[in-house]
Amino acid sequence: MALQQNPSKATQIRRMLANHAATGLAVLSTILVVAPLVAIFAYLVYKGASSLNLAFFTQVPKPVGESGGGMANAIVGSGILLALGSLLGVPVGIAAGIYLAEFGRGSRLANFVRFTADVLNGVPSIVMGISVYALIVLPQKHFSALSGGVALGIMMIPTITRTTEEMLLMVPNAIREAALGLGVPNWRSVLAITLKTASPGVITGCMLAFARVAGETAPLLFTAFGNQFRSMNINQPIAALPLQIYVYALSPYDEWHRLAWAGALVLIVLIVVSVSLVRYVTTRGVLKGAN
Amino acid sequence: MTGPPIVPPPSPEPSRAGAETAAPSEVRKFLLERGSSALSDRAFRWVMLISALSIFAIVALIAWELVARSQLTISKFGLQFFFKSAWDPVSGDFGALPFIYGTLASSLVALVIAVPLAIGLAIFLTEMCPKFLRGPLAFLTELLAAIPSVVYGLWAVFVLVPLLREHVNPLLMKTLGWTGFFAGPNYGIGILAAGVILAIMILPIISSLTREVMTAVPHMQREAVLALGATRWEMIRMGVLRNARIGIVGSIILGLGRALGETMAVTMVIGNRPEIVKSLLGLGYSMASVIANEFSEASDDLYLSALIEIGLALFIVTIIVNAIARLLVWAVTRGAPPRVA
Repeated sequence: MALQQNPSKATQIRRMLANHAATGLAVLSTILVVAPLVAIFAYLVYKGASSLNLAFFTQVPKPVGESGGGMANAIVGSGILLALGSLLGVPVGIAAGIYLAEFGRGSRLANFVRFTADVLNGVPSIVMGISVYALIVLPQKHFSALSGGVALGIMMIPTITRTTEEMLLMVPNAIREAALGLGVPNWRSVLAITLKTASPGVITGCMLAFARVAGETAPLLFTAFGNQFRSMNINQPIAALPLQIYVYALSPYDEWHRLAWAGALVLIVLIVVSVSLVRYVTTRGVLKGAN
Repeated sequence: MTGPPIVPPPSPEPSRAGAETAAPSEVRKFLLERGSSALSDRAFRWVMLISALSIFAIVALIAWELVARSQLTISKFGLQFFFKSAWDPVSGDFGALPFIYGTLASSLVALVIAVPLAIGLAIFLTEMCPKFLRGPLAFLTELLAAIPSVVYGLWAVFVLVPLLREHVNPLLMKTLGWTGFFAGPNYGIGILAAGVILAIMILPIISSLTREVMTAVPHMQREAVLALGATRWEMIRMGVLRNARIGIVGSIILGLGRALGETMAVTMVIGNRPEIVKSLLGLGYSMASVIANEFSEASDDLYLSALIEIGLALFIVTIIVNAIARLLVWAVTRGAPPRVA
């Protein structure tokens, strides 16, 4: 191409046109991607905001035919489920990450664990639901908040493990050795020095995992199951925001559709806030201190 | 999100790891052995190890449960289960073919729509976008990935399906009806609707990974092609896309993996009818949605076992698809500077 002495006019025009066409197509696809996003958000805010009111946060669902009612039980239920999930997912995830970064560097076992974490990350959420159903609900013979929490917790583990590992690897070795040189036991040096240095990143990972499971519905279908009443008992079926949205969206009642939109808005706000926080933390250089 | 600096890459991975483990490890070893806390250190190490192994234990337990609980249908129908289209809970005759068809058809529709858009978006963001737009746009697409499946489903039921039913489908039937893919009654819901919503859902995954592999292509490549007199598009085609193609294929396969296992949004719009119809406007059923819909009403053991076997198949397929995709992406980004989002 470069060796051609006299590129013909036609070739030049063709190349220019191809260039412009490519630019145009790239811009067009960007617009086509952004459009549904804006459409979803705008519609969600429009529908959700018009049906949000105080009752939504304070009342439990009313029977069909009565107007009003809210999703207080589902909000509380989602909170309990997420707390249970975090209780399981965060410690196990962080501990596994510590193992990968501090003890298993380069070992075959670490590679293997890393691979299984990726596998676990890819397991479809509905499969996670039926597995936890088979593991916990069947032996117990009843649906429970506990089993839902376990399902969510398991889904949090891989994300937390991989971020923890990556963040710990960014901590300079000199810090570790300084701690050891002062006679600090290794376990304390890992927990109080290395993990603490990496903590903004680790927290980011936890919040990402949290945001991911907060909207999960499929794993809760056969574990937490849903509940029309206020329940705080972790041994009983419990309502969850995504579950309630699913049920209400497919119902034939306008009143329930309204509540579904309001629920979706609350859920999205929760998730967007945590994702934005994560982004704020990762871009503001808070993490770079560890590098 | 600034590109990698234009200095010769300092061959990051191997040398860094080497320096970390080789030189200081003797000091560390000495310090560790001299310490008086051998017992607590060993206990700590074991606790961490057990946590790491628990990940493996969970995966193994899932696999074992799925296999054990689907024994009934595995022994009764064998491999035939995946090639039969009967789905009759009353007489106890089960075949997964309609669900496999629905899953594949909707995922393929999703890929056909999403792949060109995702690659176009990635090209725009990495090569053309003015700097002030890049951050917000990347953030917007990340948000697209953070929206829960059930909210997509809700939007699809109330906005996308009416839109398809009233405007898009009649047009498709008029212009492309002769192919047979866009024929038949126009419900609005159906395989096409599921494919469109899946496309919106997998777009951010494909595009962000494509962006990652495109960023990993060294800047020298781009500059070399430009210096030969190439236009920007030629530079992208020859300098970037050609180098990143394996990784792009990997990201597409990863998107496919996500589409195959997606449950809620698909369940809400695919129509939930276990039939195999050629028309994309027809109603279908996917593997994940049959589990979601019928699992809690599965009264007898055979029915339950059939549903769990579908779950097992989904589990195996997604593992294989994800493993292939990870390998491909890893093959390209290995050795490249880590992307700071």
